[in-house]
Amino acid sequence: MLFFILRRSGVMVLTALALTFVVFFMTNLTPNLEKLAKSEASVRMSDDQVASWLDSHGFTRPLLARYGEWLGVVPGWTHTDASGRVTGRCIGPDRAADAAPARCGVLQGEWGQSSVFKRPVSEILARSLGHTGWLMLWVMLVMVPTALLIGVLSGMREGTATDRILSTFAIATTATPEYVSGVILIVVFGSATAGISPILAEWGWISGRTLFQGTATSAMTKITFWNFGLPVITIALYGIGYIARMTRASMTEVMTQQYIRTARLKGVSFAQIIVKHALRNALIAPFTVIMLQFPWLLNGVVIVETLFNYKGFGWTLVQAAGNNDIQLLLACSVVAVLVVLVTQLISDIGYVFLNPRIRLS
Amino acid sequence: MTEWDTSKPILEIENLSISFFTRLREIPAVMDFSCSVMPGEAMGLVGESGCGKSTVALAVMRDLGRNGRITAGSIRFKGRDLTHMTEDDLRHIRGKEIAMIYQEPMASLNPAMRVGDQLAEVPMIHRGLSHADAMAQARQIISDVRLPDPDRILRAYPHQLSGGQQQRIVIAMALMAKPALLILDEPTTALDVTVEAGIVDLVKDLGRKYGTSMLFISHNLGLILDVCNRLCVMYSGEAVETGTVTEVFDRMRHPYTQALFRSIPLPGADKNARPLIAIPGNFPLPHERPRGCNFGPRCDYFEAGRCDAATVPMDLVPGSSRHETRCLRWRDIDWAAPPKAGRVTEKLAPGRLVLKLEDLKKYYSVSSGAFGGGAEKVVKANESLSFEARENETLAIVGESGCGKSTFAKVLMGLETATDGQIMLFDENVQDTPIQARNTDTVSKLQMVFQNPFDTLNPSMTVGRQIIRALEIFQKGTSDADRVERMLTLMDMVKLPRAFADRMPRQLSGGQKQRVGIARAFAGGAKIVVADEPVSALDVSVQAAVTDLLMDIQRENHTTLLFISHDLSIVRYLSDRVMVMYLGHVVEMGTTDQVFSPPYHPYTEALLSAVPIADTRVKKRRIVLEGDIPSAMNPPPGCPFQTRCRWKTEVPGDLCDTDLPPVKVMAGGHQIKCHLSDDILNGMEPVISMAADEARG
Ligand SMILES: Nc1ncnc2c1ncn2[C@@H]1O[C@H](COP(=O)(O)OP(=O)(O)OP(=O)(O)O)[C@@H](O)[C@H]1O
Ligand code: SF4
Ligand code: SF4
Ligand SMILES: [Mg+2]
Repeated sequence: MLFFILRRSGVMVLTALALTFVVFFMTNLTPNLEKLAKSEASVRMSDDQVASWLDSHGFTRPLLARYGEWLGVVPGWTHTDASGRVTGRCIGPDRAADAAPARCGVLQGEWGQSSVFKRPVSEILARSLGHTGWLMLWVMLVMVPTALLIGVLSGMREGTATDRILSTFAIATTATPEYVSGVILIVVFGSATAGISPILAEWGWISGRTLFQGTATSAMTKITFWNFGLPVITIALYGIGYIARMTRASMTEVMTQQYIRTARLKGVSFAQIIVKHALRNALIAPFTVIMLQFPWLLNGVVIVETLFNYKGFGWTLVQAAGNNDIQLLLACSVVAVLVVLVTQLISDIGYVFLNPRIRLS
Repeated sequence: MTEWDTSKPILEIENLSISFFTRLREIPAVMDFSCSVMPGEAMGLVGESGCGKSTVALAVMRDLGRNGRITAGSIRFKGRDLTHMTEDDLRHIRGKEIAMIYQEPMASLNPAMRVGDQLAEVPMIHRGLSHADAMAQARQIISDVRLPDPDRILRAYPHQLSGGQQQRIVIAMALMAKPALLILDEPTTALDVTVEAGIVDLVKDLGRKYGTSMLFISHNLGLILDVCNRLCVMYSGEAVETGTVTEVFDRMRHPYTQALFRSIPLPGADKNARPLIAIPGNFPLPHERPRGCNFGPRCDYFEAGRCDAATVPMDLVPGSSRHETRCLRWRDIDWAAPPKAGRVTEKLAPGRLVLKLEDLKKYYSVSSGAFGGGAEKVVKANESLSFEARENETLAIVGESGCGKSTFAKVLMGLETATDGQIMLFDENVQDTPIQARNTDTVSKLQMVFQNPFDTLNPSMTVGRQIIRALEIFQKGTSDADRVERMLTLMDMVKLPRAFADRMPRQLSGGQKQRVGIARAFAGGAKIVVADEPVSALDVSVQAAVTDLLMDIQRENHTTLLFISHDLSIVRYLSDRVMVMYLGHVVEMGTTDQVFSPPYHPYTEALLSAVPIADTRVKKRRIVLEGDIPSAMNPPPGCPFQTRCRWKTEVPGDLCDTDLPPVKVMAGGHQIKCHLSDDILNGMEPVISMAADEARG
């Protein structure tokens, strides 16, 4: 088992390196760097000035070396200008040239400075991940139990009316992308002019102008049902359909197995058959799916956070990408890779744990 | 429940009809079926595949699935009608009063639940025991079913047990609540004969110990004789004959029962002097049953105008104990008449040497561990095999699962290359030549017939086309027209109507498919045919026809037949020489007579004793082997059979534990791989003997 985890971790590190290198390469294409120079120094720079700015800020060093700098395995660049002032990657306003360490990269815990927010990347990342963490938590709390319940209920008696209704619901939700469902939900529940809010307000059932809030900005300071409900449901809906369908497929298959018949012929009641005999076997496949949903949720998070103006990881990623914020983008990609790979690891380990047939000796 | 009288039948099925409703039509699976089981009695249910045995069993459990429905009749258990019971009432009967065991043990245990929990569940539901008490009882029952190390087994998951152990657990589970009626649906079909013998013994003992009544379903008449007091023969959804085992076996009064007995190889049958008599034709599908007697189209005694007039009722045979037959003419038939003399043929003398193996070895290396890694292990699938085979000869290779029979066939065919040793095919050395590198001539001379006729035919090509393909591959025939002609000749040879050439495989029955497989194998004029369990997937009545066919072709083409089988009855019937394998070793080899009579190798002795024989005159010594076949990954040191051998104590010292026995050549070239001394070997008693009384009537 330990060997397995070690090997998987190794693979994880390699993947992370490869992926960040790709991002590094893309964000450091010459046009992007020129844009960066102009936005950092002055928009009206001549081409020569841009070149010298880039040179004096270490951007003309070979790509691999600069990637190494970012990682923290290659000493950071230094530049001595005409007046003898030394600048460098690791030298900053609060760190003098002689006190600065040779290397300052991710390995040293220094993620650099965001060019959009003018703040350390680590700080921005921590804050936005915190916000997204809450969002994810609530999405999971809503999504997983609902999806499993729907899947199990429809799968345990295949072909019944309950099954048909729940399956239709599940298919409808997976077929609707978040940017559609999000907008619909806002219009129906979170708009002062359309949907049910005006009617409720007229009847005096709600005190504000809308039932749910159409933006989640206030949830960053205090989460309430009314400001967080719509974004959570928007993300969860899509996942619910997907996981429910997996669970249903797995459940219907399990229900036709001989050991279910054995249990039935032992006199076990239907409820007990579901709980004691079918559930664990039926959950093996969906468990993997749920874990693989995590990275996919990031995707929904990007759309929903933008839609509801909630400044989490997805929102930050959009800002960073839109403004070619090299350091922030790199950090975001590291986080994304880690999320994908860690959930995969958990899913594999969980699979082994749930399925005694492949439990390691 | 208390007022139920023990002199009355515990289970009484009356005029039961069951149909399955599919989108296309109603399938009447069981019609007008009646039978009753008395307390403590074991009732057998025999019949060919698809005749409705399992459907009856599931109807008793009221578990026919969504599309199955009881359309008429009643099932009374202890006087209460099960057909009208509510789900809730049924729950109190299932598992507590009636328990059922079915065919595949692995599939009937929950893979994600420990064995102990699955067992303990029964008394927890039905008697409200606490988990601890239930576990204690589970532990007790595990030792009752003679499993070693109950504590380990309680904690094990099903996949950690062998097939035989799993089946014992399933039996234990059924017995947990001491049910009054136990239904066993082919409980041993998936198991090896020696394991089967152990399980059957166990079931009989436990039945006696707890006074459980049994409904025992099997297609194997020998097993029925072994286990049951009464039996009911089913044909196409109906009971055609029922009575006590001795009545039905020795004084049968239904033509189907008679035909069934004549088509199975019993001791005394001989491929030359007394060949088996196959039942002509095929089993009718439920919706294609003929008018009148279902068996009519295949019956030797059919009388037009009478047998096909109206539905045939059950008729009681006077002076018997509830012996009934569903035949209109049973009074007219001379039951003592010997079967119409079959074709008596001459035994062929063995011809020139065509195949010679010397010291053949085949090892596989496998890695263990779920995520790769783990230690490399060597599986010795075949250990120093040496033998020769001649033209016209049938050599049987016998052994239980995992003994290396199929590996040997693969090596011979060139699907795998040998690790070591020599294979001389005609005059060629082929041990290192894989099939791709063999020339067409060699390939076409050495052909194989597979166990499962369902997997080996291309489902989307007509039968004729498939045979023509084989002819093309073997480069036979000069033109397309010539090949079509040859194909039709081959169809004649395997006794398939020529019109079948245009059929798709799915339009053929199992036996017919197997014939196509045989036709294909002989397309290139095969000289040596390796038949890997060619009839074990087929019904008994069809088995006879297919074996007969193989023999006929052999006689005509002077083929050498290597017949791989675990069924000793059929081996005895058709082979000239027999090779017994155990864990990759040939433990005994000799002519059929030598192998089937003492001196035996201890394993052969046990194997012979384990084979159920459907003949009331046969007396067998019971030798039940303990335990399971060791895994080929982890064979015992010394003699491969030492873990289960009952003769081991007769060998001085610990020779059996440490040394691989040498091959001992006895009189007549009979080889035995055992440390036992000649005296002891020669002093062995026969396992099977005939109580030589009157011929069967
Ligand atoms: N669920 C079902 N739907 C439709 N037809 C069915 C169903 N189950 C069984 N049948 C049909 O009912 C008939 C009897 O089947 P059954 O399984 O009882 O035979 P069996 O005697 O147990 O055969 P085997 O020896 O192969 O187990 C067969 O023709 C089969 O095709
Ligand atoms: S009723 Fe007629 S066809 Fe049917 S078994 Fe008897 S003799 Fe044969
Ligand atoms: S060598 Fe020993 S253990 Fe092996 S079969 Fe002979 S007596 Fe039994
Ligand atoms: Mg069956």
